[in-house]
Amino acid sequence: MAAASKTIDVAHIAALARLQLSPEAAEKLAKEMESIVGYVEMLSELDVSAIEPTAHAVPRSNVIRDDAAGESFPRENMLANAPATVDQELIRVPQVLADEGMA
Amino acid sequence: MDLKKLTMVEAADLLNDGKISSLELCQAYLDRIAAVEPAVSALLSLDQESVLAQAKESDARRAAGKTFGRFDGVPVTIKDNIAVKGQPCTCASRILEKFVSPYDATVISKLRQNGMVLMGRANMDEFAMGSSCENSAYKKTCNPWNLECVPGGSSGGSAAAVAAGETVIALGSDTGGSIRQPASFCGIVGLKPTYGRVSRFGLVAFASSLDQIGPMSKDVLDSAAMLDLITGQDVRDTTSLPAEVPQGGFAAQLKGLQGDLKGVRIGIPKEYFEVEGVAPGVAKVTQEAMDVLKSLGAEFVDISLPHTKYSMACYYIIAPAEASANLARFDGIRYGYRSENADDLISTYLTSRGEGFGPEVTRRIMLGTYVLSSGYYDAYYVRAQKVRTLIRRDFTDAFEKCDVIFTPVAPATAFKFGEKSDPMQMYLSDVFTTALNLAGNCGISVPAGIDPDTNMPSGIQLIAPSLAEDRLFKTARSFEMARGIKEFTAPL
Repeated sequence: MAAASKTIDVAHIAALARLQLSPEAAEKLAKEMESIVGYVEMLSELDVSAIEPTAHAVPRSNVIRDDAAGESFPRENMLANAPATVDQELIRVPQVLADEGMA
Repeated sequence: MDLKKLTMVEAADLLNDGKISSLELCQAYLDRIAAVEPAVSALLSLDQESVLAQAKESDARRAAGKTFGRFDGVPVTIKDNIAVKGQPCTCASRILEKFVSPYDATVISKLRQNGMVLMGRANMDEFAMGSSCENSAYKKTCNPWNLECVPGGSSGGSAAAVAAGETVIALGSDTGGSIRQPASFCGIVGLKPTYGRVSRFGLVAFASSLDQIGPMSKDVLDSAAMLDLITGQDVRDTTSLPAEVPQGGFAAQLKGLQGDLKGVRIGIPKEYFEVEGVAPGVAKVTQEAMDVLKSLGAEFVDISLPHTKYSMACYYIIAPAEASANLARFDGIRYGYRSENADDLISTYLTSRGEGFGPEVTRRIMLGTYVLSSGYYDAYYVRAQKVRTLIRRDFTDAFEKCDVIFTPVAPATAFKFGEKSDPMQMYLSDVFTTALNLAGNCGISVPAGIDPDTNMPSGIQLIAPSLAEDRLFKTARSFEMARGIKEFTAPL
């Protein structure tokens, strides 16, 4: 593992994970993650060049159901958990594109 | 009659013989909850009116000769990451504080079809990440055997509720030991079924290739009976298996069992018995359990699982990687917590997630994102998947020489609150339980004895190949009938 000795760029990873961290939390996480990553480095002892990866404990091929129309969940039930809605019909979201007004 | 000790099978017999009504049974448990829950704190929510209404409906069905089956009217407690329509499903996280499930998980539909009374939502580590329940955002659950100790995790609320006699049986979920370790800590039985044996539809995903729902019960017979109710292929979970169930079900097979284990080959994996730091009391209980199994005629076989020492490292790459992808759905947009400290889309994501997730969940998402990120993916994630292949092969090879594998469940009995403050130390308490999730086998934790140094219960773990739960039940039930302590009852 070439990556072994690098320190972890916590700010970069937090941005990828969409997590806002306080400076104290980020500092603590950096130490903890380095300790955990240091531990999992032990996998580099093994020669796995000829081994196929396992993604799932039970190998399965595609599972296809009949193409039959079924009932969907009622919209009001699904919207009941939304943090904000427009007239209980749409999910209200923060502005996505800058400088464009909302109709 | 001590109702709080009733097993699911015993409760069903009383109901079907007309010796008790579901209302009386459920009221007795609600009374028990009122008495001990202030000390134990196993439940995150409980809708008493709904419990009583379900019980009355069950009694009406039985009176009319229209029961939904043998277990109609028996109460069951559900871990707070399994969806029950109209009830909260917080996963012990702030980010789902106000969430109400719009549908039933498949296992819940099956329990309802059998008339079981859904009674309470059990505490857990946030999103099932942890080994002590200390990662719950809401409350700390205490071990009914010693209130200063943790109940284990992540299904600690389910385990404590069963052990405290607050319920008849519970459902938990197991990703790396989250059913078996708390079962051992609380002196109850916990089954991790084969991956795919039970539908995961409606189980909030943590690590999708490892998660499995299973029973947590007062004895082995109940775990078998519960598996009979919840197993089956499901069109809503494409990873559920079209698996055969023995004629009449798993529980029926245990009828008339004489405790004879002649011809059963039990594998002893040397690597599990070389792990450092196993408490002397746990080693003693483990040795005594082996003696019991020997006395029943089982043959012990030395086996090797050579990649055992890599299983924790493999698990702590794969599980966080899957978790980081699964938990991306909690973004403050469609459901769950949305921070008000944001003015655009990206800052809504950042603040909602930053404020909504607790420290352990944050740690795992960060780890998972790291091992999946550009430049590290092959070095960590793909390599871990390859090691997973090696771990699976170990088990395949071992099961050519034996029928079941015997190991301890955890290196020590339940620890005190705050004792494992370092995350790495906490992770290593799962050393005996994670490998079989990676391999997809089934495993059961059965109470075996009391550690004389801590006075806390300690279990043994039995592991069987994929879909061979019948072997687990036969061996575990025979052991349970023959072990020194007949009944594990928390002094509460």
